[in-house]
Formats: sequence, structure tokens, C-alpha cells
Amino acid sequence: MIIDFILLFFLVVSAIAAIRMKDLLSTVILLSAYSLIMAVVWTRLNAVDVAFTEASVGAGITTVLLIAALSRTRRWEGNGQREGFKSSKLFDSHSLLSFIAVLVTGAVLVYGTLDMPDYGDPDAPSHHHVAPRYIKGSLEESGVINMVTALLANYRGYDTLGETTVIFTAGTSVILLLRKKRAQ
Amino acid sequence: MFNIAATVIVLAAALVIYRAIKGPRIYDRVLAVNVIGTKTVVLLALIGYIYERPHFLDIALVYAIINFIATIAFLKYRQTGGLD
Repeated sequence: MIIDFILLFFLVVSAIAAIRMKDLLSTVILLSAYSLIMAVVWTRLNAVDVAFTEASVGAGITTVLLIAALSRTRRWEGNGQREGFKSSKLFDSHSLLSFIAVLVTGAVLVYGTLDMPDYGDPDAPSHHHVAPRYIKGSLEESGVINMVTALLANYRGYDTLGETTVIFTAGTSVILLLRKKRAQ
Repeated sequence: MFNIAATVIVLAAALVIYRAIKGPRIYDRVLAVNVIGTKTVVLLALIGYIYERPHFLDIALVYAIINFIATIAFLKYRQTGGLD
């Protein structure tokens, strides 16, 4: 649909603008806009939970954390000159080389997705391997009414435990980094 | 009907994104991102009706609730120079 193309165009525009902005505070704000647009894209793909995570983490918490980091450093990139955009040429030799590398990598990744099943294809392998068994057997085997909860907490319990450990460690690190220094 | 409304909302968001990129002041950008957040809420509600899943409306409401966190953090940073 045309809306998807417009939204993806917005994404690219805001990402490029965020990269080229010299004011880091503006960059943080533009990244917040990027996350909000990305959340709409996820919702268009019917991935509501991912959209929700994107909006709360990407537009909410990440912005707060980046502003907290900015308050510990400087607001302006480089030597502190107040410029809206970098005045250097769009492509010097370094950026041209990295641009080609990114293009080649992107082309390889797109080539890799050509073998994937179509979007929403009911005959896709992911709908035929283990999903029917979970749909049929999860209630008797685990006794949990919500199928997603049964998957996360019963079948993939160790996986979820690992994820929770990662999140706990990250949260502890952030608290340790950003805590107020007590007067000695 | 809902498709036309969603397209118009997206086009309106284009104007706001122009303001977010162009600036020139930081407050223009903050206001622009705030408006983009509001547009997101409306767009989510519309998408819910396009897909005939009206419970997207709840998600739009929660979006509206968490929309202001970044703005408050930003304003506190501008006022006090930190988030403490």
C-alpha cells in the first residue's frame, strides 16, 4: 500500500537527518520520531507487541537514557561549533567506501530474503513445523490458558530465564552508571 | 474511508517531519516529535479500523499515555542541565 511506502520513506529521511545533525540533542529527538514511525510500521505488519516495545523502549526509555547520557557529556558533536548540518561534502573517499560496503551488504541481505516464503503465506514452514503441536497440546501439557504465556514460560523456560537475566544485568548496570554520587 | 483518512494523516505527518528536520530551534523539533506522537495515536486507531481489529484502540490509548515521557525528560534537561 502507498502508506507503507510513505512511512518507510519517512523512516529513511529521519534516520539520515539524525545521522547528519551536529546537535546531539536534536539527534536524540529525531530518533524518538524514528521510533514512533517504526511503531506504526510494525502495527501495519500486524506485529502489535513489537510495535508496543518499539514505542515504549525506542521512543520512551531510550530517549530518556540518551538525554541522561548527554547531560554527562557535551551537547555538540565535534569541536563545539553551532551548525545545523555538517558542512563537509556529502561523499568524501572514506564515506564513499563505507557507502559501497553498506550497499553490497544490503544487496546480499535482500538476495538472502528472496527464498523466504511470502508475507502471510499459510504454507510457510513456520506454520507447519511445531506451531500446530503447540496449538493443540499446550493447554493439556502446561495447564496455562494463554498460549503465548505457555510458550514463553513452559516450553522456553530457560530461554526466558536467560532473557530476564540479561535485562536484569542491563538494568543494574544502568542504575550503577546513572546513580547520584553521595557526598563523601 | 479510513484509508483516505490514514493517508491524509500520513501526509500531515510529512509536514511535521519537515519541521523536525529543519528546526531551527530545538523546541520546534520537540514540538514536532510531540505532534508526530499524536499522529501516531490517531493512525493506530485508524489502522485498527482498517484491519477490523478495534482493540487496537486500547494500544493507541496506551501510546497516548507514554507519549510525553521523552518530552518531560527533555524539558527537565533544558531546565536543570540533567535528569537528577
